[in-house]
Amino acid sequence: MDIRNPIRAALCAALLIAPFAAAQAGEADIVLKDGSGKDRVQVHCMVCHSTDYIVMNSPFLDRKGWEATVAKMIKVMGAPIPDEDARLIVDYLVASYGKAP
Amino acid sequence: MSDKTRRDFLRLSAGGLLLAGAGPWLARLARAGELGPDALPAGTLAESRLEALPGKLPLIKKTYRPPNYETPIEYFREAFTPNEAFFVRYHLSDIPEIDPAAWRLEVGGEAATGKLSLSLADLKRDFELVELAAVCMCAGNRRGLFDPHVPGVQWGHGAMGNARWRGVRLRDVLARAGIARDALEIVFDGADRGPLPKTPDFLKSLPAWKAMDPDTLIAFEMNGAPLPRWNGAPARLVVPGWAATYWIKHLTRIEPVAKAYDGFWMKGAYRIPRRFPTVDRFLSQDTEANTPITDMVVNSLITSVEPGQAVAAGQPLPIAGMAWDGGGGVNRVDVSVDGGRSWQAAELGPDHGRYAFRPFSYMYTPQAKGGLVVLSRAANRIGQAQVFEAIPNPPGYHHNVVSRVELTVV
Repeated sequence: MDIRNPIRAALCAALLIAPFAAAQAGEADIVLKDGSGKDRVQVHCMVCHSTDYIVMNSPFLDRKGWEATVAKMIKVMGAPIPDEDARLIVDYLVASYGKAP
Repeated sequence: MSDKTRRDFLRLSAGGLLLAGAGPWLARLARAGELGPDALPAGTLAESRLEALPGKLPLIKKTYRPPNYETPIEYFREAFTPNEAFFVRYHLSDIPEIDPAAWRLEVGGEAATGKLSLSLADLKRDFELVELAAVCMCAGNRRGLFDPHVPGVQWGHGAMGNARWRGVRLRDVLARAGIARDALEIVFDGADRGPLPKTPDFLKSLPAWKAMDPDTLIAFEMNGAPLPRWNGAPARLVVPGWAATYWIKHLTRIEPVAKAYDGFWMKGAYRIPRRFPTVDRFLSQDTEANTPITDMVVNSLITSVEPGQAVAAGQPLPIAGMAWDGGGGVNRVDVSVDGGRSWQAAELGPDHGRYAFRPFSYMYTPQAKGGLVVLSRAANRIGQAQVFEAIPNPPGYHHNVVSRVELTVV
């Protein structure tokens, strides 16, 4: 296995002493695809959760699926997202993390 | 480094860092396949990494906030899952770190005849201490394997663990407070909350009969140590046999009620179609459309070999793992070494109780070089067995398809 490779093992050891800040940076380092509406995602979705939720749930939701997800966040979870921003967020999610047509 | 040496090394390193007060966030590189099976969504695998929460070993990070971390399969080679490797699952991201000395548990409500406010010391001093082994498994464990995929945390196999839980019986605490004759359900709240005032708080209820079951506990220890911060410190509910959604962490309030609790996390989540072969019913929460999840279905996982592993022809190969169910008790695990055409009974390991992981093992010496597909299928004392195809359901619960690992004989 890879772990028996001494270089790999040394890297593992080096990573073990990564400071707390590195993993906090972990969330900040999540890379979302560029696209129209991405800033609305960052403004609204990140109030309650990290955006790895989006990447993790891809690419298998179609427009209906992403609409239902955003609607749940607003109606059930209480996210105060204006209608116009919700539309932009859905468009972004469909374009960047939607099921291939 | 052997796997065991590596685990010990990681454990020691984690402890050393904590003692030194250094940053406890740890990461390590993943081995091929360690982040989960290929059947997970591509985005899930792309965003997964091995990372450690404070006090934990590197686990498979699904999401940072709220924290959702999965236990790598290698930790299921032993019947008890180490606390530092135990999975972490939260719905809501405001998770206070609680001072155990200041913590209080409030008991009372409309269907209680009295009320209590208990400290941790009160719990330990005033009630009989009990310990039992039980599997704690997220209802959505293996959700990521459903085809087609359904939204939610895309778990692989590791949103579960088996531990010895030590605490007091919930029924003893309820009896001390006094339960009214019309108590229908008991509602439980924990200290974790949503970041917005409008986010539904994570409250769950149990039917009174399950709350009064002598095996339902308020636990403050796990595997002989205080509960880890990320597993419900200082005290959590332990509902053996039932999905972990009911195992409320950081328990703060217990409220007997006379009518069905209608919060979102009961009425709007954790509900399944009625086609699963579960035993326990939660009738006060039943609707025309669906029913709340209750006991776990019978399941198993091969843990002695990894997908894609090369194994030597002519050498004995242990095909071993863990089996569990909702409390009926696993009494048989069959193993196939020919892709499911024929099955042989595996040997069962020590019985740690009907709610615990039951180890199984089957020794096989492959002769022919080439592909080898091994499977395991558990059955229990009440006649349930694992399925060959998942039963589809919108939230992706109860995935108990037979465990399957593809190997290469060289």
